[in-house]
Amino acid sequence: MQGGVVIRVGSGGGSESGSMSTVSREDNMVVSSEDSSYPDESELELGLGLSLGGGFKIQQVSRGGQYARILTAKDFPSVVSADASSSPSPSSSSSSSSSSLSRANVTAGTKRSADSVAAANGSSQVVGWPPIRAYRMNSMVNQAKAVATEGFNSTMENHKNETSMVEKRTIGSYQNSGNAKLRKSLFVKVNMDGIPIGRKVDLNAHESYEKLAKTLEDMFLKNTTSVNPVGSRVREHEVARPSKLLDGSSDFVLTYEDKEGDWMLVGDVPWEMFVSSVKRLRIMRTSEATGLAPRLQERNQRQRSKPI
Amino acid sequence: MESSEVNMSRDSSELDESARGSSSPDLALERVLSLLKSHRDRSSVSLVCKDWYNAERWSRTHVFIGNCYSVSPEIVARRFPKIRSVTLKGKPRFSDFNLVPQNWGADIHPWLVVFAAKYPFLEELRLKRMTISDESLEFLAVSFPNFKALSLLSCDGFSTDGLAIIATHCKNLTELDIQENGIDDKGGSWLSCFPESFTSLEALNFANLTSDINFDALERLVGRCKSMRVLKVNRSISLEQLQRLLVNALQLAELGTGSFSQELTFRQYEELESTLSSSKNIHTLSGLWEAKGLHLPALYPVCTHLTFLSLSYAPLQSGELAKLLAHCPQLRRLWVLDTVEDEGLEAVGSSCPLLEELRVFPADPFDEDIIHGVTEAGFVAVSYGCPRLHYVLYFCRQMTNAAVATIVQNCPDFTHFRLCIMDPGQPDYLTNEPMDEAFGAVVKTCTKLQRLSVSGLLTDLTFEYIGRYAKNLETLSVAFAGSSDWGMQCVLTGCPKLRKLEIRDCPFGNAALLSGLDKYESMRSLWMSACHVTMDGCRQLAREMPRLNVEVMKEDGSDDSEADKVYVYRSIAGPRRDAPPFVLTL
Repeated sequence: MQGGVVIRVGSGGGSESGSMSTVSREDNMVVSSEDSSYPDESELELGLGLSLGGGFKIQQVSRGGQYARILTAKDFPSVVSADASSSPSPSSSSSSSSSSLSRANVTAGTKRSADSVAAANGSSQVVGWPPIRAYRMNSMVNQAKAVATEGFNSTMENHKNETSMVEKRTIGSYQNSGNAKLRKSLFVKVNMDGIPIGRKVDLNAHESYEKLAKTLEDMFLKNTTSVNPVGSRVREHEVARPSKLLDGSSDFVLTYEDKEGDWMLVGDVPWEMFVSSVKRLRIMRTSEATGLAPRLQERNQRQRSKPI
Repeated sequence: MESSEVNMSRDSSELDESARGSSSPDLALERVLSLLKSHRDRSSVSLVCKDWYNAERWSRTHVFIGNCYSVSPEIVARRFPKIRSVTLKGKPRFSDFNLVPQNWGADIHPWLVVFAAKYPFLEELRLKRMTISDESLEFLAVSFPNFKALSLLSCDGFSTDGLAIIATHCKNLTELDIQENGIDDKGGSWLSCFPESFTSLEALNFANLTSDINFDALERLVGRCKSMRVLKVNRSISLEQLQRLLVNALQLAELGTGSFSQELTFRQYEELESTLSSSKNIHTLSGLWEAKGLHLPALYPVCTHLTFLSLSYAPLQSGELAKLLAHCPQLRRLWVLDTVEDEGLEAVGSSCPLLEELRVFPADPFDEDIIHGVTEAGFVAVSYGCPRLHYVLYFCRQMTNAAVATIVQNCPDFTHFRLCIMDPGQPDYLTNEPMDEAFGAVVKTCTKLQRLSVSGLLTDLTFEYIGRYAKNLETLSVAFAGSSDWGMQCVLTGCPKLRKLEIRDCPFGNAALLSGLDKYESMRSLWMSACHVTMDGCRQLAREMPRLNVEVMKEDGSDDSEADKVYVYRSIAGPRRDAPPFVLTL
């Protein structure tokens, strides 16, 4: 599967005011064109637009206007949040490994974000919550990495038992070679608009958005010639489009439903965070996706004014 | 051990330093008072009369300062001329969870400067949540020739270079305890800086440093420090190396192992087991990184005498834990990861009847799709088996009111009850009701309760209960709870012994804040973040209570009127003079 795969971030540029749909497409064009000129085609470039802050869930770190890029698994565990604004974690002996775990800690927690978290069912991405010392969190990450790189020191069984405990999804993704079979699977449903029969994909078998996108393309495009569901409303030209399913210019975007029941565009948050909050995926027609954004904005405005 | 604040408010204005009596009754009194260790007793003694006040201040050798900004080093030095040991706490506790920006303060250096002048004979310094730089460590090392004990917990600002300086210069060092700090670990060469002639070390804890150290240097150090009773090494030390250390330190009382997962030959394993069998004095065991069930049996001989076992970095499964605990009948304190699950906790209940303290940490706090971890069942199981339980810290993802009621019925002696249901605002998962009745049961039943952390979906009713029943409560931590100002008001008007109140993300506003006007001077501090308090409310508080320091930190992008983070504390030192720009003192 060739081609730089770009997962479109439709929320780019969405700010406190203004309609999402009119702004987003242009910003996405900017993002896409930059990315497509990137020489290394296997590199996934995801762009976060400006001012994603309070308008969205806590997952979108409020950068105060700073343009942030989500790095791929290749770039992890370099810390993205090293320059986090108002509440950075204390300098740590394992700062390079704190990555997404401490990032969740380090996000500037505003009241609105906390509101939206508290109001919703279940979320662990609030600043300083659960209340565990940054040191301890970093050690757990360190330890998971160490275990993963040890290989098979003792009996298979012991090791399997240990790493299945220690290598939880959010940590285990750091290591990729040879340990995949030790991670537990995380299968989620994937549906594509127009195809009544869905598929399932194991998120833990992928380490990045890029790999996931590739798999999904394989699933939903390569096989379409053999898939001819009864009553399918799929028009041929939509699925016949080669390879660039999730490219900015495609008619489809990749979205997911998170634990709180909201539909989000895939690609905003670090891979680990995404994996820990995704319930299912949907390859959505673009026309519907731009409709998604205003709904998101509405919901967040509601939440901002919602008393706890 | 909890210590009360030094009651400083009477000292400076009334005190005449030279008015130390030379008549025998005073000296005798001093001699007697020098035997008093408890700070609360000393505070009480100092209030009896002026003579006793003087006798007490001249006989005190250890001062505990729970909030470094409540008093200035000059005031401390003026009142207590003979201090040899200082314990200082700095930042608000929520700084542990990244709620306090860097460079907030709590710098030890100004204290060291005063101490160098007034307490040249200083021997011990124990810091928690303070900032200490390598320069300060150097200053410490050269200013106090008698310096013996340094303990740093949750501190930041220094690197291993500072440790190297301490090791090099502190010829009388007996204790070096470096725990869970934001330390810049540049490498392990600091440990090699202890001179070959140095033999006085009794306690060495570098468990939380990550770099490799020179094992030969460590082996020699341990070998020649015959009085060493505490040794907690870091993960770079293998099992084989551990055995070599232990064989020369059979007098150890507290052991923190390194990595517990090295592949051992049968002979190495036997050697380890044999050495551990000879370590008959070990009562505290920790470390055990990556401990594998395979090697745990080597610990069984040690387990017989163990009173404190920390497995908080060893993700054991229930079966492994059960096997281990079967050998630990004397256990009083146990720290585990939630990988042991409810089944593991059942084993706790059945194997450790003397257990007094249990802490269960989450191995993977951010995994929402969790199908493991502990539930209410595990906690209940422990409560049935361990009636002496009085300290618990429990991270879980589900809880019920009924379970907590059962737990406190089984264990009515709780002094510290810290329950963290990890989803903010989560109700009783069976009944879908708020967790009010759970904490109601806790405060009604556990009359000795000193510290409480609440979680889950909570209405004002919880705080009504707390205010009405928690008469010994000193520390309360609240997050994502309450319905209105009334909740916080109940606590402020109801809990006579309240000293520390920390609140985040609750719907408490100015009315609640101001309802505590009469209370805050009797407390150490109040923290409120992401609540509904405004700048005006804070200004009013500051206006009406001039002896309180009211500090506000604002977040980027928040409303001008919102007071995002509020920190209020009593102080006789006046407003901070070292506040960074983002701390507004009102």
